[in-house]
Amino acid sequence: MARFGLTLFKHSRIDLDQPALAVQNLASGYPGEGPAIINISFSVAGGERVAVIGPNGAGKSTLFKAIVGLLPITAGHIFIYGEDCHSRHGHIGYVPQRNTIDWSFPASVFDVVMMGRNRHIGWFRLPGKKDRAAVNAILERLSLHDFAGRQISELSDGQRHRVFIARALAQENPVLLLDEPFTGLDQAAEREVIETLDILTRSGMTILLSTHHMEKAALRFDKVLILNQGAMLAFDRPADALAPQT
Amino acid sequence: MDIIGLLTEPLQYAFIQRGLLALILIGGLNAVVGCFVVVRGMAFFGDALTHTVLPGVALSYAATGSVGSHLFVGGLGAGILSTLVIAWLTRSHRLKEDSAVAIVFVTMFALGIAIVSTQSSYAVDLTHILFGSINGISPNDLTLMAAMGAAVLVIIALFYKELLIISFDLSLAHSLRLPVETLRVMLLILVAVTIVASLQAVGISLMLALLITPAATARLLVKRLHQMIVIASFIGIISGILGFYISYYLDIPSGACIVLTLSALFALVFILQSLWHYRGGDASL
Repeated sequence: MARFGLTLFKHSRIDLDQPALAVQNLASGYPGEGPAIINISFSVAGGERVAVIGPNGAGKSTLFKAIVGLLPITAGHIFIYGEDCHSRHGHIGYVPQRNTIDWSFPASVFDVVMMGRNRHIGWFRLPGKKDRAAVNAILERLSLHDFAGRQISELSDGQRHRVFIARALAQENPVLLLDEPFTGLDQAAEREVIETLDILTRSGMTILLSTHHMEKAALRFDKVLILNQGAMLAFDRPADALAPQT
Repeated sequence: MDIIGLLTEPLQYAFIQRGLLALILIGGLNAVVGCFVVVRGMAFFGDALTHTVLPGVALSYAATGSVGSHLFVGGLGAGILSTLVIAWLTRSHRLKEDSAVAIVFVTMFALGIAIVSTQSSYAVDLTHILFGSINGISPNDLTLMAAMGAAVLVIIALFYKELLIISFDLSLAHSLRLPVETLRVMLLILVAVTIVASLQAVGISLMLALLITPAATARLLVKRLHQMIVIASFIGIISGILGFYISYYLDIPSGACIVLTLSALFALVFILQSLWHYRGGDASL
């Protein structure tokens, strides 16, 4: 497996013969409400790039939050490289929608990416040389090194998203979920994010990305998962999944 | 009188020395904790919590009939109880945090007023609790304040990374499997302990300024949380010392002098920064 300037998956002890992500008959939703997604099943091989598409309220964010462990699983199972997600939730990188973040928060780009190292640093310890080197390597690889000392409020939308991708990368996880990364981005910023994703794909990372844009999904992804009103309509190669009858 | 004389003259009495030490201590402590309060947008919680300690303090006073270190115990109990009730009310998200804070705040404050009003020296006692009594700090009080302050600072240092993450991005905190709720309640309790430690020096009514103003001023000046903590502590301590001397020489209550010093520093930084921005510069340090 290609490396990414640092050892990507060394803490994971993963079985590469298993699917990177397997979801079986999944149902999930917000506590106190009914399930927002039901009966979702699909399997993603290591290194694949999957677009999760659907209109607002289709259940894209709910699916991602259930996989990451932010929402409870009310039925079904999630396996990450063959292991039940309960032992692996912390092994998935997650880039949430940007509207949940206070961008005026006093943190630099370096600080934000370092947050991703938390599990590797451990409790009651400060980041060491190894962690700083890992963060610098990621910033360098994603061409963010010049911004390391900048406050996040000073970045463009595209740069902010790349910083969050860098943070997810710092977690050294083999699977990365990006929730609506293109929303609100202009074309240049969108191109920045896509180029960053290309770098990650070349490194062997498995990527799931939610989006409204079918045409982007058709062009740039190995598989497409279509959701509507909490149900899965299709999971296939873009040409088949996005065929008119679907 | 020369400058050395001006600085040393108030310090000839032990009780004044203790007062100055207490102001330095709580100035720094409130500034550190206040940085988390400010970046998390918890100013209303801080204000409310300063008032929710009242019934505990009043009960301690009613039980012993005197002002002393036991007030810390009562205040701490009421502060922690209020914190836990707020955390419990907001846990299921059925009630928004500001609503829960407001309900607990007015209930506890009213309870405190009711308890204080049963005392014969009602007006004098209430003044002590509301405005503090910097000259009444005993060696025991100072030791307790230092112990509480040290405990708060050690806990913040130990959990700094995690507190930074839960303050910035809850999604990341959850996905990293951090004990988000435990950390949140711990932070609320640290705010309660800080408020109780500062109670005797500045009182309930002016406490919020110590908690919020140094952190808000520092936030205007720097770009990273740890830098903000350092600058806020410096502002908190300097304002405590300046306020103390102004209070001594102008014979104005020390709490009011400290708050006015803090507000003046905030206004100065805000105006200078606005002018700098107007000219197109970056006023951050």
